[in-house]
This record gives sequence, C-alpha cells and structure tokens, in this order.
Amino acid sequence: MSPLLPALPGRARAGLLLALVLLLAAPWVAGPYLLSVLVLALYYAYVGQAWNVMMGFAGQLSLGHALYVGLGAYVSATLYLHAGIGPWAGAAIAACVSAGAGAIIGFLAFRFGIGGVYFALLTIAFAEFTRIGFEHIAWLGGAGGLFLPVVERGQLDIANLRGGPRLFYYVLLALTVAALWLCHRLKASRIGYYWLAIREDPEAARALGIDLFRYRILAAAISAAMASVAGTVAAFYYNSLTPADSFGSAKSIEIILGPLVGGLGTLTGPILGAFVLTGLGETLRELLDASGHQVPGATQLFYGLVLLLVIKYLPNGIWPGLARRLGLGDRVG
Amino acid sequence: MALLDVADLTKSFRGLKAVAGASFAVEAGAIVGLIGPNGAGKTTCFNLIAGAIKPDAGTVVLDGRPITGLSADRACHAGIGRTFQVVKPFVQLSVLENVTVGALHTTRDVAAAKNQARDVLELLHLERKAAEPAGTLTLPERKRLEVARALATRPKLLLLDEVMAGLRPTEIDEMVEVFRRLNRETGLTILLVEHVMRAVMALAGRIIVLNQGRIIAEGAPDQVVRDPAVLECYLGGAPA
Repeated sequence: MSPLLPALPGRARAGLLLALVLLLAAPWVAGPYLLSVLVLALYYAYVGQAWNVMMGFAGQLSLGHALYVGLGAYVSATLYLHAGIGPWAGAAIAACVSAGAGAIIGFLAFRFGIGGVYFALLTIAFAEFTRIGFEHIAWLGGAGGLFLPVVERGQLDIANLRGGPRLFYYVLLALTVAALWLCHRLKASRIGYYWLAIREDPEAARALGIDLFRYRILAAAISAAMASVAGTVAAFYYNSLTPADSFGSAKSIEIILGPLVGGLGTLTGPILGAFVLTGLGETLRELLDASGHQVPGATQLFYGLVLLLVIKYLPNGIWPGLARRLGLGDRVG
Repeated sequence: MALLDVADLTKSFRGLKAVAGASFAVEAGAIVGLIGPNGAGKTTCFNLIAGAIKPDAGTVVLDGRPITGLSADRACHAGIGRTFQVVKPFVQLSVLENVTVGALHTTRDVAAAKNQARDVLELLHLERKAAEPAGTLTLPERKRLEVARALATRPKLLLLDEVMAGLRPTEIDEMVEVFRRLNRETGLTILLVEHVMRAVMALAGRIIVLNQGRIIAEGAPDQVVRDPAVLECYLGGAPA
C-alpha cells in the first residue's frame, strides 16, 4: 500500500485523478462568475473537512467553528496590517492561536465532563462572546471590522497573497487536497482509530486504554488549526472582515452543512457536500435572478430544505450511498 | 502470589451498598468464577476493579501495584482487560477495526495491530466476519467481539462479564474451549461473572459467591454448589 494513495480500486483512483485534472484546468475555462462560485465551493470543502475531523472522526459536535475561522482571519490580518507579517507566516501563527483556543475550550469541556449537546452549546457561547468582544476592540476595527489594502488589477504577489480570484482558487484547491491527504493519513493512523472508537462508544474506548481527554483535545486542536487557515485565506480574498461575519453563528452553520450533506466522518463527503450545496445554491440564485425575482435568504431556505431532505432520506449523507452505487464498496472514505 | 488482590471493596449507590467490604484474591494463571443472584454486586465489582467507577473504600492491587480508583484507561495500561455485560461494539467500524483498536494498545503500528487483531479474530472464530460492520453481528457474535477486543490489549487479567449469556450450548462449549486454551497456552488469568453454570463449572478452578455485596462462600466449584447458603440465595432449592 502506497503511503500517498490508499489501496483504492482502479476506478476510484481514475475518478480522483480526473476530478483533479478538471479542477486544475477549471480557472482557465470558467468565467469570472463561475470561478467565484468554485472558490466558494473549495472554501467550504476545505473548512468542512476541518470540522469533520472533530465531529466526523472524534464525535465532538462543535457549533462554533466560526471562532477558529474568525481567529485565523483576524490574527493574520492584524499581523499583516500592524506588524507587517505576511499572510503565510500569519496563517501559521493564527493556526497556533486557534489550536490553542480549541485545546483550551476542549480542556474546559472535557475536564468538567461537558459532553454532547452541552458541549455544542459551549462552542456556540465561545464563538458568540468572541464576536461581541471583538466588536469592542477599537484597534481591531470594532464592529466595523478591518480592511486590507485592495489589490490592483492584474497584481500577483504570492508571498503576500495578493492577487485575483485565480490565485485564491489554486490556494484553496491546494489546501483542500492537502486536507484530504491529511485526513486520510490521520484516519489510517492510531490517532484515527482512537477517534473513531471514542466517537462510537467512549466507555468501551476507555476500557481499551484510550485516554479520552487527550485524544479529544488533540482532535479539537487539529480541527481548529485547519479551520483557521481557511479564515486567513478568506480574509485576504475578501480584503475585509467584521466580527459579525467572522464569528457569527450563521458562519458556524454554513461550515457544517457540507459534511452533513456529503457524509459525516467520510473523507469524500465534506468535499462532495460543499460542491453540491454551493452548486445548487448558486444555480437557484441565478434562476431567481433570471426570472426577475430578488428573494433575500432564498439560498438559506434552500440549504435548510436540502438539509431536511438529507437527514430524512440519507441520514449518512450522499457519499456512502453514492460510493456503493459506483461499486466502490463501503471502504472507500 | 495473587495477581489480583481486592480488599474491603465498598461502593454505595444512593445509600444502597452494592458492594459491602468484599475481599478476595485471584492467583496468577487461575480462572475464577464470580457468581451470585442478580443485584449481588458482581458487575459493580468489575466496574470498580476496571476503573469504570471509583470505590468508596477498599483497595485493588494488580500484580503488586495498587490500581484503586485509577481511570479505566489507566487500568487497561496496568493490565486489565474487560468485556461489558451490555455489549458495546463500535457499530460503524468493521469487526477487524474493532479489534484493531484494542491491539493498538500494544503497538503504534496500525499494520502490526491489524495482524494481531486477525489472530485474535481467528481464535474466536470471527475471521469470516472481519470486514463486516460490527453493527451487523448477531448477539452471540457481539459477545465474542467483546472478548476479542479485550484480548487484543493483551491483558494480564481478563474480566468477563456474562459473555456466555444468550449463547447456544455448543457455542458455550466452544467459548469455554477458547478460554481454556488461552489460559493453558498463555497463562492468562481470568475472572468471570457468569450465570451459565455449565460454563462456570467447566472453567473455574475456584468460585466466589457474592450476595448483597458480600462474599458468602468461596472454594472449589463442586464444594460451593453444595453450600447451603449458596443454594438458598442463588442456585435455588435443596440439592438433588
């Protein structure tokens, strides 16, 4: 078994390669609008994978993952604006900060035995009071937020993550592929086995010598660090960030939709879910626009509907059933 | 020397003494049965030894090391493997993956752990189910999976909590043979809580009888089953 590619059936390998080739070529074929949709899909594919590590693998429901995405955005943007530290170094520093925040929240929750729904509430609370806190910190722009210098047309400065949508597309594509690889490696390692055991039955996991506290904190820290990088990229893509957008609970919910729809705990699910949801959502918006209707919140309503249908008819998400239909069996992540 | 030494173990739940000063020992390499009527405190005893709950008083010593009040994962590190009376399979993982989790206790290497897990599955006649999700197993198979998972951690002491319940007589005999072989070949020490007397009589060299949290009899199986106190509270009626 190659360490890079799992023992995938030939068809799965071919499919993966084809998808990669298409994704690599896409920015040269797609128009500006389609490219922006693809950037959005990749963003949710990446951040969904990050969340999936914590919930899908280790079974810890976080409904406040916007906290880590927001920290990634704010820490790196602040370092860039106030200390002149570039976004790559900034992303690394922010990831450490987010990992620390994830570990601390995990520590508090797991140390005092806060689990399940109460843990989810705790994660919402942390994201919310961070949002409110940031709204009152003047040198972080308060409620109005921070603005990064806008890029000139045609400018490309990879070191400072300054450039057009194509740059961000490839950065997010690289991150998505890297996250897929990392998740695959994690899942195939002892850590991954322990996470799944904890998710399935904490008491039985414990009887097999697994230190629940340690492995849960590890999941929270890795997941938070991964989510944080998405925040950095988004901040430099949009050039603006506000506490409401960065830490708001709407953001936290958007993060988890992809994995839920695609297939929780699977490797492919979060990516598939992000593309399906973003694709359908944008199509709907286009159709409404074309028919001359402006319906604010229509996409959100639509996401809600999709979620309802998936939970009712495909409780394991789209991917497990699809994988079986494609003859890939149950074992292909 | 005793591998497991339990002294004055006490645990109350809301004022009700589930285990009331139980003291007993299990010699290294022995198979000891722990029997008694429902609610006698057998599973509580197991939970106290394996660290699932902490005792109010008393001590537990394993292999000369005090393990009283250790958490369950530390108890596993100390050398205790246990099964659960109400089975707890990792339902979405395959049978092989279930046992691999246990084997990863002895090695970090997943491939090595999988190989170990396969050996254990073979021992328990589960090798043909290796790729199935554990959620699809029948109850008797789940019982065997519990045992396989605990065995894969290579414990010094294996605590079996009613693993024979729900098994057919031939399956019980098979299971008995597995434990006998393990005990003979690897010197594995076993403490079993069991209602199926056929299995207890076949396996245990010594039996401890618990009633209302206290030990009321202890000794060789044929001797214990004739003990009037045991007959009265557990086995029922006068000897035939």
